[in-house]
Amino acid sequence: MVTITIDGTEVQVPAGELLIKAAEDSGTYIPRFCWHRRMNPVGMCRMCLVEVEGPRGIMLTPSCTMPVNDGMVVHTKSPTVEKAQEGVLEFLLLNHPLDCPVCDKGGECPLQDQTLSHGPGESRMVEEKRHYEKPIPISDLVLLDRERCILCARCVRFSEEISGDPLIEFMDRGNAAEVNTFPDEPFASYFSGNTVQICPVGALTASAYRFRARPWDLREVASVNPLTTTGDGVTVQASQNEVLRFLGVDNDATNHGWLDDRSRFGFEWIASPDRLATPLAKSGDGHTEVSWGEALGAAAENLSAVIEAHGPGAVAAIGGARGTNEDAYALASFMRSSVGSPNLDARLDDGLGTHLLSSLAGKGEIGDLETARTVLVWAADLKEEHPVLYLRVRRAAQELGATLITVHPTATGLADRATHTVTYRPGEGHDLLDRLRAGSGDLADVRAALDEGPVVAIVGRTGLAEDPALAEAVTAFARDLPQASVLPVVRRANTYGAIDMGVAPDLLPGRVAAGGDAGHTGWEKADTSVGLDTRGILEAAADGRVKALLLVGADPLRDVPDADLAARALDAVDVVISIDCFLTDSTAKADIVLPALGFTEKEGTVTNLEGRVMKVNRIVSGPGQARADWSIIDDLAARMGRPLGFESAEAISLAIAEHAPAYGGITWFLLDWKERDGVVAPRDGVEQPLQYIPTTSLRAVGSGGAKRGGFALHLGRLLYDDAVLTRQGASIADLAPGAYAVLNPTDADRIGANGHVEVDGHRLPLRRDASLAEGTVAVPFNQPDGPPLGGSSHVDVAPGAGA
Amino acid sequence: MIVEALTRRMNAHPTDSHTMERYLETGGYEAARGAITKTRDELVETVKESGVIGRGGAGFPAGLKWSFLAPARPAYLVVNGDESEPGTFKDRQLLERDPHAMVEGIIIAAVANEVHHAFVYIRGEYPKPARRVQQAVADAYAKGFLGKGIFGGDYDLDVTVHLGAGAYICGEETALLNSLEGRRGEPRLKPPYFPAAKGLYMAPTIVNNVETISNLPYIFGEGVDWYKGLGHEVDTGTFLMSISGHVNKPGNYEVVHGITWRELIYGVAGGIRDGKELKAWVPGGASAPWFVPEEHLDLPITKDETGKQGSMLGSGAVIVMDEDTDMVAAAERLVRFFAEESCGQCTPCREGTTWLDLILQRVLHGGGREQDIDLLMDVSDNISVGLGWPPKQTTICPLGPSAVSATLSLVKHFRHEVEEHIGRGTPVTISGVSS
Repeated sequence: MVTITIDGTEVQVPAGELLIKAAEDSGTYIPRFCWHRRMNPVGMCRMCLVEVEGPRGIMLTPSCTMPVNDGMVVHTKSPTVEKAQEGVLEFLLLNHPLDCPVCDKGGECPLQDQTLSHGPGESRMVEEKRHYEKPIPISDLVLLDRERCILCARCVRFSEEISGDPLIEFMDRGNAAEVNTFPDEPFASYFSGNTVQICPVGALTASAYRFRARPWDLREVASVNPLTTTGDGVTVQASQNEVLRFLGVDNDATNHGWLDDRSRFGFEWIASPDRLATPLAKSGDGHTEVSWGEALGAAAENLSAVIEAHGPGAVAAIGGARGTNEDAYALASFMRSSVGSPNLDARLDDGLGTHLLSSLAGKGEIGDLETARTVLVWAADLKEEHPVLYLRVRRAAQELGATLITVHPTATGLADRATHTVTYRPGEGHDLLDRLRAGSGDLADVRAALDEGPVVAIVGRTGLAEDPALAEAVTAFARDLPQASVLPVVRRANTYGAIDMGVAPDLLPGRVAAGGDAGHTGWEKADTSVGLDTRGILEAAADGRVKALLLVGADPLRDVPDADLAARALDAVDVVISIDCFLTDSTAKADIVLPALGFTEKEGTVTNLEGRVMKVNRIVSGPGQARADWSIIDDLAARMGRPLGFESAEAISLAIAEHAPAYGGITWFLLDWKERDGVVAPRDGVEQPLQYIPTTSLRAVGSGGAKRGGFALHLGRLLYDDAVLTRQGASIADLAPGAYAVLNPTDADRIGANGHVEVDGHRLPLRRDASLAEGTVAVPFNQPDGPPLGGSSHVDVAPGAGA
Repeated sequence: MIVEALTRRMNAHPTDSHTMERYLETGGYEAARGAITKTRDELVETVKESGVIGRGGAGFPAGLKWSFLAPARPAYLVVNGDESEPGTFKDRQLLERDPHAMVEGIIIAAVANEVHHAFVYIRGEYPKPARRVQQAVADAYAKGFLGKGIFGGDYDLDVTVHLGAGAYICGEETALLNSLEGRRGEPRLKPPYFPAAKGLYMAPTIVNNVETISNLPYIFGEGVDWYKGLGHEVDTGTFLMSISGHVNKPGNYEVVHGITWRELIYGVAGGIRDGKELKAWVPGGASAPWFVPEEHLDLPITKDETGKQGSMLGSGAVIVMDEDTDMVAAAERLVRFFAEESCGQCTPCREGTTWLDLILQRVLHGGGREQDIDLLMDVSDNISVGLGWPPKQTTICPLGPSAVSATLSLVKHFRHEVEEHIGRGTPVTISGVSS
């Protein structure tokens, strides 16, 4: 810490900190447009000029580029400073159109605000302003108004420094300088919405929000991004009971204020006209609307009948990751206590082991990336599946100088920042791991880099056709690296929270292993044995051992990789009860459909991939008669004569704090008032019963699917796919690129493919990628009109007819 | 008053002074051959002793600049040949007619600064000088004066010649470095990006003007005493001055400092054409505040004296204006140049220079208002705080204040001409706004 004097007051600030930030953190706001605390300073707008006393007298200096040093004397409100600031504002306004009444930014505009606080009352310019065509769409989501632009370069710097896709740049010079995209190259970034949020004027606007509301008409709540597992802080804004906008909140622990575009603009499903608003009961080929009483009565009757005839184990539940922890706790209680079945799973056969996800001993945090010397990413392409984590890893490599190693069947979105890009043929991961462990051959450099700690390892399944046991082995290896911090990652929303709450075949609430003799308070009457996972449930359903399926926000026909197995299971069971927001392919087969409230319509907690528990909040009421999952489940349990007695989500949260050991002491009050960035469970002083240590001996377990052909299949996801919440968001629905097949050019030439290929008989456009391991075909999963390849690990590839 | 040092060879051999043969025949590359046997300290000390000041505009002592080079290596040498200050055309002559003197100077400067890769950045509008330099560099490689083990020793030195793309701002050293790296030609922030510490590719970098570098073979070849004996005791050596405008003999002249402006304009440059009266002159390139005969004609031409009078010798460009010059038009033309050449990066320069030009245009075309003089001064003040000299700028680099120089000179010395324009004009409507 050093002592500096700001406007006559001595303050203690961290040595070397930029003056503008040091001043702000100690209570003096210096106006600014270009400076942003998550980006490098450029000193361009000159709004933050202050006077600093120095050896050469008092100098006007931009405070955003000036590091503090001990004894520094600063004047932020002297007549010289005020005149300079007023001058800069007058300059900025010379060509600004002042179309505030029709500008989205009006009312929340830094240019408006600072003109009021620091600017001149009126302009002295009588000449004509600069004119441009306005607005011009620069991508599917963002429009650019160059007349409003004040050339602060925040968008330019964001795309260069943060997201790594520099598609928006300064062009021309002087008075003709403008921000624009390159000819014929749209601003096709997964992160373009962030530039709209950080634009200090209305130059960049989002098509999803344009002319929808005035800021002063918006209500807002703090919440958490429901579409990723990173736990991104968001502000949800609504007007007239409709969610209109998501803004990123600068959560130091997770997203640094950033959001990917799918998360930012994906909220439109909330107000979709296709939302379920009334309970439905099967009637012939379709459904008819029924009352809650009729629906729940029928559901309870059906489930009771199955239990009566086939035993509680014939009832199984799939899903629960789209709800809150409170919803999940209710579901786990219902299944294990009211029904008495251990067959429940929040994962959709695309995840990792629940013990690995929830209870890894010595699990890392995202913030560990800030101090990492080496980062290993052996997981899905983070840019596609964990976009905000991708930004954090990029930052570690690009801004903080960490050595980055990616291991994946292809080069990933991080390739331009990776020191080592290791690729391998799916199915050969264990061999690669052996070679990496030995540091043999061309992996010697990679191995050497991994010996430089602290190491952060991000581990997951690189694709859906890959053996999930590989991630266990990689984790076991990574845990032994110096000062290692391991983050096992899966993609779907609140998977971590649901598993932690016991929506898992082998876990009880609060990270307690099922099947043990651990006395779990409050669960004495429950079935605490190890049950079936989703794949097991579907297989049991297909061959008649499971008779009733409860789908909770789950669409197995689309979400489970082996769509064929899911279809056979749904056809075979006697009873399907679905709790969902939409009528999906799977819920369309349900006997009873119960309309659920979605995110922003209910209060509760969620848990991110670090195990960080965070509060989500309600701002709109749901459609029609939709209810929260917990409430539906509680009612169902009561009608089955096996009541749970939950009275509110908050009451459940208290039960969690009491009965789920690793969640001890984590209350809504704590999250609402004290720990706004969430708390990682378990809190200090609270014990986590299960401390999972993976071993390398798991390599024989499991496989990604059946070997059906000569090409190893890499089945990865893209950010935009055909999932229901994406399909239902108007702004992002059309952004999925559609299915295609990728081959190494050598393979493509060898088989004589050109233009198209046939993958297991499905004709797909061919792309070539020299980074893809030979003998491999990569196909994105769940794209519109994509082929059902999910059950395979190997497929046949033939040249497409009529190429 | 006119001397011959840097220009001796080109004057004696007007047809082939640029060739390797002629350069060698007139004693070329001997200074460099000697310099590579010396230590960095010895070489830097010699340059310090010679007192040679930078010829690019700022007039900073070259030896001192070299001594500031940070110790990290690699370090780079960049020769600034982006001669684009209006009125300046001296480097063109050196590049075109004596390129080997610069190449030899590069060798000396490189050895002195432990540099193994030097760059010559030549403005894009100089194709012929660039060709001559390319040829000279190629010839020097062929002779073994550049490349691996120069002069048969163990010192490696590569030289890359790069052409600019037509931006004035790339003459500013940090913008030049950005341009050389393939980025937008925008000045960097100082601090922290002082080239001597973090220059080209963030490595320690010496940036010297063509003329400065071309002086080195003479300093090392003829000796420091000879060099200091040439001219003024403080502003040592000779200076190439580019004289243009309403004089009888415009052109480049090699002179020593200490002579008066009268001697320069009326003696060296042959006086004002058609016997007209001298009205004003720009003493050191378009960025310099103007001088007027009643105050400045008999002052000696030295760096210090010019600075004391609130202007600068800059890059040695003198633009002479006679009694028929419309000073509002002259100022407007200069301000328009800076407005067009602003990189657009920082607000006061991007917006302020254009605004000054729009006001001057309006005044020039009959739309002037009484308050416009105050407005010009206040807008100027918002770019160059206090309107002092040297300027206290609100901008990143000195380009913005350069536009203020002309505006300020106009109002300071020729206020009545502005008032005449305002008084004569019928208020007219400009761009739909009543003035």
